[in-house]
Amino acid sequence: MIVFLIKRLANAALVMLVVALMAFMIFRFVGDPIQLMVNEQTSQAERDALRERLGLNESVVMQYLRFVGNAVQGDFGISYRNQQEVMSLIAERFPATIELVLMATIISLVVGVPLGVITAIHRRKWYSEALQFVSIIGVSLPSFVIGILLILVFSVMLNIAPAFGRGDVVSIGWWTTGLLTPSGRAALILPSIALSFYQITLVMRLVRAEMLEVLRSDFIKFARARGVPAWRVHYSHALRNCLMPVVTMTAMNIGSLIAFALITETVFQWPGMGLLFIQAVTFVDIPVMAAYLCIVSFIFVALNTLVDITYALIDPRLRNSKA
Amino acid sequence: MTSMPMLDVRDLRVEFPGRHGSVTALDGVSLTIAAGEILGVVGESGAGKSMTGLAVQGLLEPPGHIAGGEVWLDGRRIDTLSEREMQHVRGREIGAIFQDPLTSLNPLFSVGRQLIETIRLHLPLGRAEARQRAIALLAEVGIPGPEERVDHYPHQFSGGMRQRVVIALALAARPKLIIADEPTTALDVSIQAQITSLLRKLCKEHGTAVMLVTHDMGVIAETADRVAVMYAGRLVEIGPVADVIARPSHPYTRGLMGSIPTLGARVPRLQQIDGSMPRLDAIPKGCAFNPRCPHVMPRCQTERPELRPSGSGLSACWLNTQAQERAA
Repeated sequence: MIVFLIKRLANAALVMLVVALMAFMIFRFVGDPIQLMVNEQTSQAERDALRERLGLNESVVMQYLRFVGNAVQGDFGISYRNQQEVMSLIAERFPATIELVLMATIISLVVGVPLGVITAIHRRKWYSEALQFVSIIGVSLPSFVIGILLILVFSVMLNIAPAFGRGDVVSIGWWTTGLLTPSGRAALILPSIALSFYQITLVMRLVRAEMLEVLRSDFIKFARARGVPAWRVHYSHALRNCLMPVVTMTAMNIGSLIAFALITETVFQWPGMGLLFIQAVTFVDIPVMAAYLCIVSFIFVALNTLVDITYALIDPRLRNSKA
Repeated sequence: MTSMPMLDVRDLRVEFPGRHGSVTALDGVSLTIAAGEILGVVGESGAGKSMTGLAVQGLLEPPGHIAGGEVWLDGRRIDTLSEREMQHVRGREIGAIFQDPLTSLNPLFSVGRQLIETIRLHLPLGRAEARQRAIALLAEVGIPGPEERVDHYPHQFSGGMRQRVVIALALAARPKLIIADEPTTALDVSIQAQITSLLRKLCKEHGTAVMLVTHDMGVIAETADRVAVMYAGRLVEIGPVADVIARPSHPYTRGLMGSIPTLGARVPRLQQIDGSMPRLDAIPKGCAFNPRCPHVMPRCQTERPELRPSGSGLSACWLNTQAQERAA
């Protein structure tokens, strides 16, 4: 188990180093940073002094190592655009994105799992076929289209939910939450639905496929032969045996949801990390872009590693394979 | 056996509608099992042994359905009951034992939880009482240390022990009938005898009727009181187990008996039945066995023989009818 753990963590660290290298390359090759930072009146001496101060005259390897060293300590430099610490900018936006992503995940599970069960049990009924069809649309519609449609219907035509922003937020330490105010909750509705749409269809299809598999197994037939009522066979005995892959997929997908959130956040002007990134791109704010890249990758890698380790904990066969 | 049978299956017919018309999986199956009696049901794969058990339990996979005949359990007709009513028959009045104990228990629930679930579904017991009963059941089927084992998960039991748990589950509500579908096939030979004798002991103690479905004549010989032989969805012979084994009346049964190796007996070569059972959508006219029968007569190819008394049992073969007609 310990060997396995060390292997996985080393693997994760390696991936992060590569990502950091890519983020660093952006720094190096998207123009000269000094050029971007100073104005036209700056003398050559001043430029050299700045170059000296920022350590840009050192070797590439040294610069990379320093970049990694700083990044590990959460220091991604100063934003070119608003001269703030990149890390504090991101920390400010981080809660908004996380709340949005968690909400979308919850919605996708609450809606997707029952739909998957229903379409598996009544798989020949017309509504199952219809749901399967709709789910294909769900998979193929880009999330900005869904976002815009939701805004059109619920904000513009029906006027029942706000179309942009995050509403009022409450600060709890460094964390800000919109969940405690009515306007914050209302603002969360449309973006989280838009973001969860794709997830719902994924969860539904996965649960359906797993259910069909499990329903064929002997213990399901045996449960029926013991006189267990149908709903209980389906929702207790069968569903529980489907949940492993669903949990895995959900955990893994939190990473991609954060990446997807970029688009949804732009559509709904949601003040999260994605929106910050889009603004950074428009202003060539390289430190912010590099930091975003590193942090999103870190979340991805961390979730994947966690899932791998959880697998080993749950399935004894994976644990004992080294013996 | 003059008293009313516990299970009475009359002229049962099961059909599977398909693209090319209906396939008749069971055709005119009639059998009875008395309380405390074990009826062995034998035949090749696909002869309809398991199908008979499933039809009695109302567990046929749609689109399969009972197309004719009646099923009576303890004086009550059950083939016409709704799914909801059948839920109370299954588990409560008919217990089931499946072939593979490794897959018939839910891997995520402790055996105690599965037992308590079954007990509380059918009997008006509280959680604590049901747990006590679950422990008592585990003790009854011979699981050592039932107080601890009740909280264990299926994977913590060996195959034989799991089959004991399955039997405990089948017995949970003291059913009138147990349908055991190949209960020993997936087990080691040494465990098989333990399981069959346990089954026999419990059945005699509680007066439970048992339908023992298996392809293993050895198991039948050791365990059953009577035996029913099936071929291509039809019953070909039924009678007391000793008689059927010693003096099989139907040529098919004779073939089955001839293909079993016996210890000690020096047989140069085992007998085999040539050919294979017909597909259910291509059952020959007349007697279904006629293309493989060594004693085939013209009548066998046109007219289907009915079950007629033969020795101490019943047999569906024109040979017997012929012999009887000659005697008369």
